[in-house]
Amino acid sequence: MTDSTPNTLYDKLWQRHLVEDVDGETPLIYVDRHLIHEVTSPQAFANLKYHNRPVRHPERTIATMDHNISTRSIEINAAGEGAANQLRTLEKNCKEFGIELFGMAHKNQGIVHVMGPELGLTLPGTVIVCGDSHTATHGAFGALAFGIGTSEVEHVFATQTLRQTKAKTMKIEVNGKVGAGISAKDIILAIIGVTGSAGATGYVVEYTGDAIQALSMEERMTICNMSIEFGAKAGLIAPDATTIAYVEGREYAPKGDLWQQAVNDWKTLQSDDGAVFDKVITLNAADIKAQVTWGTTPGQVTAIDSLVPSPNDFSDAVEKESCAAALKYMGLTAGTKITDISINKVFIGSCTNSRIEDLRAAAHIVEKYAANNQKVSTNVDAIIVPGSYRVKNQAEHEGLDKIFINAGFEWRLPGCSMCLGMNDDVLTEGDRCASTSNRNFEGRQGRGSRTHLVSPAMAAAAAIEGHFVDLNA
Amino acid sequence: MEKFTTHTGLVAPLDIANVDTDQIIPKQFLQKTTRVGFGQHLFHDSRYLDNEGKKPNPDFVLNQPEYQGASILLTRENFGCGSSREHAPWALEEFGFKVIIAPSFADIFYGNCINIGLLPITLSEAEVNQLFALSAQGSLTLTIDLPQNKIIAKTSNNKETSYTFTLDNFHQYCLEQGIDSVGWTLNKLDKIKAFEENMPAWQ
Repeated sequence: MTDSTPNTLYDKLWQRHLVEDVDGETPLIYVDRHLIHEVTSPQAFANLKYHNRPVRHPERTIATMDHNISTRSIEINAAGEGAANQLRTLEKNCKEFGIELFGMAHKNQGIVHVMGPELGLTLPGTVIVCGDSHTATHGAFGALAFGIGTSEVEHVFATQTLRQTKAKTMKIEVNGKVGAGISAKDIILAIIGVTGSAGATGYVVEYTGDAIQALSMEERMTICNMSIEFGAKAGLIAPDATTIAYVEGREYAPKGDLWQQAVNDWKTLQSDDGAVFDKVITLNAADIKAQVTWGTTPGQVTAIDSLVPSPNDFSDAVEKESCAAALKYMGLTAGTKITDISINKVFIGSCTNSRIEDLRAAAHIVEKYAANNQKVSTNVDAIIVPGSYRVKNQAEHEGLDKIFINAGFEWRLPGCSMCLGMNDDVLTEGDRCASTSNRNFEGRQGRGSRTHLVSPAMAAAAAIEGHFVDLNA
Repeated sequence: MEKFTTHTGLVAPLDIANVDTDQIIPKQFLQKTTRVGFGQHLFHDSRYLDNEGKKPNPDFVLNQPEYQGASILLTRENFGCGSSREHAPWALEEFGFKVIIAPSFADIFYGNCINIGLLPITLSEAEVNQLFALSAQGSLTLTIDLPQNKIIAKTSNNKETSYTFTLDNFHQYCLEQGIDSVGWTLNKLDKIKAFEENMPAWQ
């Protein structure tokens, strides 16, 4: 590649992190920041100990507790025996290897992908990895960020590098302006509806266009977070003034001269004019409506004003079969109006939608209903789980917790919670949940439970009305 | 990691697309701090009718008598999508699988398999269809020859068909030699140090 060849943002991030690329070996890339949590790290630490290997850069590694923890109590034991063992193992390992840990109720504790950005640990132009597939979230800052397995966690611990094959590139352009009340969650679900659940496997996706540039950092994180849900290795949004303003002054962000050097560098991090992508997808923002998933993969999604599809609506044999299986699992009949689907559980939280703006969006809807004395439906249990202690404190400072509690929502402690149900926040068989999380897989939130992925505003409205609502109707 | 050269084994056909890692190993079994003990919970929600894992679901392929002892999983597109949990390949391996054949795999899952010595083979959709058809005719045994990148299918009537597959050269080398990838990279510390010396100070 010569200097005159226009490069994509991904090409630039790749080049500046390439430690070695020799014939016959998978390229070796440098990792700037390694985020860890209790579930996918213990076996990696155990192997390090077995081989008597140190963590090469403990200061580039940050740990938090999020997946397993109780959202009702700050006590480790409240998470149950297995979880408590994992949490204590993380404490021991961090102490032994000199890694900073944000443990139970630490002011910086939170979901790993909420905590990293809000502390300024997530920086443009860096490579960030974590043993969690939603690491794609950090791509919102123009960082190359992706999820890894435990063997790779061990590799990063020992070497601060990873072996990676260079991915293909995809540009997803969302042009124009979204309509009133259309959130980042609706944009990304609409994108996945176009690509299908594996549409970006083997690709790094860069999101561009007016509708993307207009988004706040919180909204950009929601977009990049779900890149993995259509198979992408990573999602990227080029850093701009919005990004720089967000990062400036955060606890772990560079300060003084280093800050100025960093900003000068970040300003070069865009795809060059004329850079060639392997694939380009274009959407018109004005066409995007509020989205609700009806099936068991995030790609099985449709607009709020439409109907549950029928297997006959699909020509591809696999999609047809998947639709039939999904309708059976979801207990839905083809042709049902999406707004006629009743729910009995609501979960507002997860690394996709638990940041302050998500809670504000939900609270805004709740307040509107409250003005008419409408509260959470008597048929619905609704929980709100802020993404971190910082988010929780900010929300409480703004009085959002009161708005939720007065309307009949439960206001919980931060954690991954019902997104994956590793703690006791699980659905039971037959429950139907409006969830702001990222996966509607069979059994994800509890065996036999049914998940509909939606935006925070939609989840809040569904909690009160007991069914999905077209807020723009 | 054990070396992988050739393997001959029985095929279990799992005719479902988009099998995610939550299905392969549900979250309630992720609380272990060791790499063992996951095989018994493989495909738990499909494999068992009860939450305790005591009542096998007779309709699930791995519970059917003709597939007992299967070591090659034949499945559909986008296998292993979703969560990055390496517990999924650990569970498959501990259950007894050595090879997984599908038209496509999710990226993280694929890399996790390579890293633990479980061989993921990508064939075309037509070839996968053919293998499903062969398997439906009666027990199907495959021989996987990794150095030759070749699969030989042998059906119950002793008829043979062969297929070729490709693998990244380094992945193939690591599997065949049973390479400890961390140890391999630690031999390159000078390169890593040189890289670190040239990094911008803010990074």
